[in-house]
Amino acid sequence: MLKINDLHANVDDKEILKGINLEVKAGEVHAIMGPNGSGKSTLASVIAGNENFEVTQGSIELSGEDLEDVSPEERAHKGVFLSFQYPVEIPGVSVTNFMKTAINESRKAKGLEDMPAKDMLKLIREKSELLEIDRKFLSRSLNEGFSGGEKKRNEIFQMAMLEPKVAILDETDSGLDIDALRIVASGVNKLKSKDNAVILITHYQRLLEYIVPDYVHVLHNGKIVKSGGKELALELEEKGYDWLKQETAV
Amino acid sequence: MDLKDKLISSFMAFENNVDVEHPVHDVRMAAIKNFEEKGFPSKKEEAWKYTSLNNIQKIDFSIFPKEENALEYKDVKRYFIHEIDTYKIVFVDGIYSSYLSETTHDGVDICLMSAALTKPMYKPVIDVYFNKVASKDESLTSLNTAFSREGAYIYIPKNKMPKKPIEILHFSTGNEASLLLQPRNLIVVEENAEVQIIERHQSLTSNEVLTNAVTEIFAAKSAIVDFYKIQNDAPTASLIDNTYIDQKDKSLVKVHTFSFGGKLTRNNLNFYQNGEYIDSTMKGVTILGEKQHVDHHTLVHHIEPNCESHQDYKGIYGDASTGVFNGKIIVDKIAQKTNAFQQNNNILISDKASINTKPQLEIFADDVKCSHGCTIGQLDEDALFYLQSRGIPQKEARALLMYAFANNVLSSVRIPELKIRINKLIAEKLGVNLGFDL
Ligand SMILES: Nc1ncnc2c1ncn2[C@@H]1O[C@H](COP(=O)(O)OP(=O)(O)O)[C@@H](O)[C@H]1O
Ligand SMILES: [Mg+2]
Repeated sequence: MLKINDLHANVDDKEILKGINLEVKAGEVHAIMGPNGSGKSTLASVIAGNENFEVTQGSIELSGEDLEDVSPEERAHKGVFLSFQYPVEIPGVSVTNFMKTAINESRKAKGLEDMPAKDMLKLIREKSELLEIDRKFLSRSLNEGFSGGEKKRNEIFQMAMLEPKVAILDETDSGLDIDALRIVASGVNKLKSKDNAVILITHYQRLLEYIVPDYVHVLHNGKIVKSGGKELALELEEKGYDWLKQETAV
Repeated sequence: MDLKDKLISSFMAFENNVDVEHPVHDVRMAAIKNFEEKGFPSKKEEAWKYTSLNNIQKIDFSIFPKEENALEYKDVKRYFIHEIDTYKIVFVDGIYSSYLSETTHDGVDICLMSAALTKPMYKPVIDVYFNKVASKDESLTSLNTAFSREGAYIYIPKNKMPKKPIEILHFSTGNEASLLLQPRNLIVVEENAEVQIIERHQSLTSNEVLTNAVTEIFAAKSAIVDFYKIQNDAPTASLIDNTYIDQKDKSLVKVHTFSFGGKLTRNNLNFYQNGEYIDSTMKGVTILGEKQHVDHHTLVHHIEPNCESHQDYKGIYGDASTGVFNGKIIVDKIAQKTNAFQQNNNILISDKASINTKPQLEIFADDVKCSHGCTIGQLDEDALFYLQSRGIPQKEARALLMYAFANNVLSSVRIPELKIRINKLIAEKLGVNLGFDL
């Protein structure tokens, strides 16, 4: 479904991704772990089409289509979703109105009419219940004054609304207490199907107890230095990342 | 003949049509003299450094419209906040339109300046308030004072509040090739009284219009005044708005200025705090494109202790538009415990657009809290990416961010239908349809 070949990306002429290879098939869950600054968020941004990063080499394919020159909004329409590590505050635009715009823009791109108001309300109700989000919350300005946990939960609510093919969750677990983590993880699990895929970016094993990955990759200094099954996450939890330094030094 | 000479010579013709025995006429005569001495301000003056009236003075304006032009309500309905019931004081080419207006004398006076300046029953109010807070020194204010005859007159007695908001609308129909309008408004809000006013100038054709307006507002003890200025005029319409506000103890006056259009707009907004525990608020959203120009000059004079002032102006400048924000705050020596806040944030969305922003603080008291901040920036790229990553196209995403940027100013609009209207104007101005009412 998502195929990344020898991906290199720069910001301000500094190379951050240094040759990433990753293939994610429909129905799979991949976890990407690694120390701070290793390039995890950059990889997520580049997949979602952030133009602040320059792809200097390699390619990203979604269902066989090369995403080069595809704008972030078009990628979203094609089914890419990124849950941000740091969601942005948009004062004056409610969560509901924001989602209406996002959904209808996506439909417009597919040549569909706006979603009827009744269906929209139903969808919002359904998905907000899934994530145990209060109705009042939906009329608040997007992310404005939200706690860290509320922001993350709201990201997953947006994912639920948009039903992406490939969802990348960038440190969605940080800032969540254990109850919120459970709600968010169970939401993600319910949204999982054989037709979509999830990439979890995380520091901690904790999230992976709830959303069990098929593969775990370790990103270090812009490269995937190790891949394995879910047991790799446990190993990392025990060993930390210090071994990386030695290994890469060798 | 240049515009100044033309104005001075037409003052004599004007005198044939007003009561020269009325004491107000002495005020007019002093004013024309001041204008004659000073003339139009030039760019050499610090306060007019960035706004030139040279081109305007080359236009051969008609000073007195020759004939009346009736408008059908259905043709101008969209300029009213027609979703709600309002009092309306409407002028067409400077002449009162009773047909489009809805005035009242039921407990409050919402009517015409021409009546207030001539009928004996209003004389006590005119004697106390007329031209008492407006500058006698500033030449364009004097020009308006000299020709003061028509405008809105609003008198709210003690403890009263009109049943609904008041709209003051000035239409110009293009009957004349170019028209000069000089409305003069007087608004007196007595102790513990309250009023909400919406003002709009609207040119209906592409003929030139220049409006040189003066509004005097008196807010007595504990009075509350909300004044909303909607400036979204045609590209051939210019406005010089001179608003003077006198506040007494514990009064609360808020002026919101929404500048979305017009050729040249100059807002001179002056607050004088003549009492304690006063709150003065000035907020503005400016969204310009093409070659539009808006110049906001604000003044807050803190004369007594324990008062506050809040200024928050947001500007978004595109194309080759230009903006000015000059916020002057004076805190007199005895005005201790003053809190004065001023904020002016701008986004330039085109290389050719520009903004000059300058705080001007003159603080003579020592125990004051005063903060000011000016910023000029671009749209936040990370925020833009966030919205785009949700499938919102770049144009709409930019519009949402601009809306969010201006939102702080909108949150204090107390008339919901007006807020919806402003939101629509913003969406229109930004050229987007977001599928919901902002
Ligand atoms: N916009 C940017 N400008 C400059 N450097 C950046 C930018 N974004 C990321 N970086 C740098 O790229 C590296 C990887 O960052 P990031 O992808 O955020 O790592 P992670 O998410 O793994 O913590 C870091 O050294 C970071 O400083
Ligand atoms: Mg990160």
